Amino acid sequence: MKNEKPETGAFFQRDRAWHPPMLTPGYKTSVSRAPQRAPISFPGTLSEITGPAFGHAMLGEHDNDLTQNFARPGESAIGPRIIVYGRVLDERGIGLSNVLVEFWQANAGGRYRHKKDGYLAPLDPNFGGCGRTITDEEGNYSFLTVMPGPYPWPNGQNDWRPAHIHFSVFGHGFVQRLVTQMYFEGDPMIWLCPIVNTIPDRAAVEGLIAALDMQATVPMDARAYKFDIVLRGRRSTLFENRMEGN
Amino acid sequence: MAQKLTRLKESASQTAGPYVHIGLTPNLSGITGVYPEDLGTRLAGEKARGERIRVEMRVFDGTGTPVKDTLIELWQADADGLYNSPSEARGAADPHFAGWGRVASDMETGVLTFETIKPGRVPFPDGRMMAPHISLWIVARGLNLGLATRMYFADEEEANAKDPVLTRIEHQNRVPTLIAGRNGNTYTFDIHLQGDRETVFFDI
Repeated sequence: MKNEKPETGAFFQRDRAWHPPMLTPGYKTSVSRAPQRAPISFPGTLSEITGPAFGHAMLGEHDNDLTQNFARPGESAIGPRIIVYGRVLDERGIGLSNVLVEFWQANAGGRYRHKKDGYLAPLDPNFGGCGRTITDEEGNYSFLTVMPGPYPWPNGQNDWRPAHIHFSVFGHGFVQRLVTQMYFEGDPMIWLCPIVNTIPDRAAVEGLIAALDMQATVPMDARAYKFDIVLRGRRSTLFENRMEGN
Repeated sequence: MAQKLTRLKESASQTAGPYVHIGLTPNLSGITGVYPEDLGTRLAGEKARGERIRVEMRVFDGTGTPVKDTLIELWQADADGLYNSPSEARGAADPHFAGWGRVASDMETGVLTFETIKPGRVPFPDGRMMAPHISLWIVARGLNLGLATRMYFADEEEANAKDPVLTRIEHQNRVPTLIAGRNGNTYTFDIHLQGDRETVFFDI
């Protein structure tokens, strides 16, 4: 569905009992970084209802191909090749067109290309780990990458992150801004992870697990995982005499 | 049984983690050649209208330790109080001013610096004018959900005193946590995630 005119309604209130709380002692870093006072609410103003727009013109040819966008000519990243695809929707089920989706991840061995990552698994010289795309008119996006590996992290003595891809998503208003992580169907590490377990509701975790989709797989090339992302919905202007932004 | 409300639930947030820079400021983190430049590094083009300012922010955790792995995005109106957004229905914003920017903490000092223009005033839904402000969205390792706050300007005392958002904060002694001090053309803004000097965060 294509919107004729940009929407200017205020956004639905965020369900903060569905999201992880700020203080989650099982994830140790949250303990000294979680605000202790209640956040203050006020009605959505133009500062919240508006947000930046990004044009497809900013995208390079390989921005949504992590197997190629850091690779030397004629070479490719090492690891199981996968397509990740899905839609960016809002809570009303409307596909959000022209929104920027960015993603980053470790390589197939669980090593990030970052100076602070000292894990002994080696870097892949042909893998950078970042990509981006912009949704089409129906809210669809897709990218090609290699499946990231799990990796250990200094939280408990033996904590490992499940395989995951970080996502950063823009909506049409600045308060729809969301970062989250995508996990892979069937990974037994998911339910052991202190970061996953910051989320109180099992159904909310299941919403972050991408499904293996053999029908979208390209035979003899790459398997496919489907990952839909839902951003906050917004109020429609059902009656014209309502004040703008209400 | 009534009809079902077929609404979806928002995807649950997860922390941006310590390596957020790989995805959002790859050039800064040493991953070069993928994008020509990091997104959001230039807010104001040379021809942008308005007063040019520099902002220096620091983020502290509950022990007073500088946080060195934060990423902050800002969103603000142009000098005339218009947003460069398709949802801006009041007129066309300055085409030389993006209004959106992204900056990462310096990995050694923790300071975040950006150059922009001072925003004009924007109305609250009831028509009262808000004081000039910049909306901030903060993510980092240890933050399970991005934090929303606003930065106001110390040299806008009169407008700040009547601002519809600042005046609804019950504990008025916390309002100064949202006001950046001025020194020449530089504003400094310290964000305290937790503790006695905790910054006011919003659920909006």
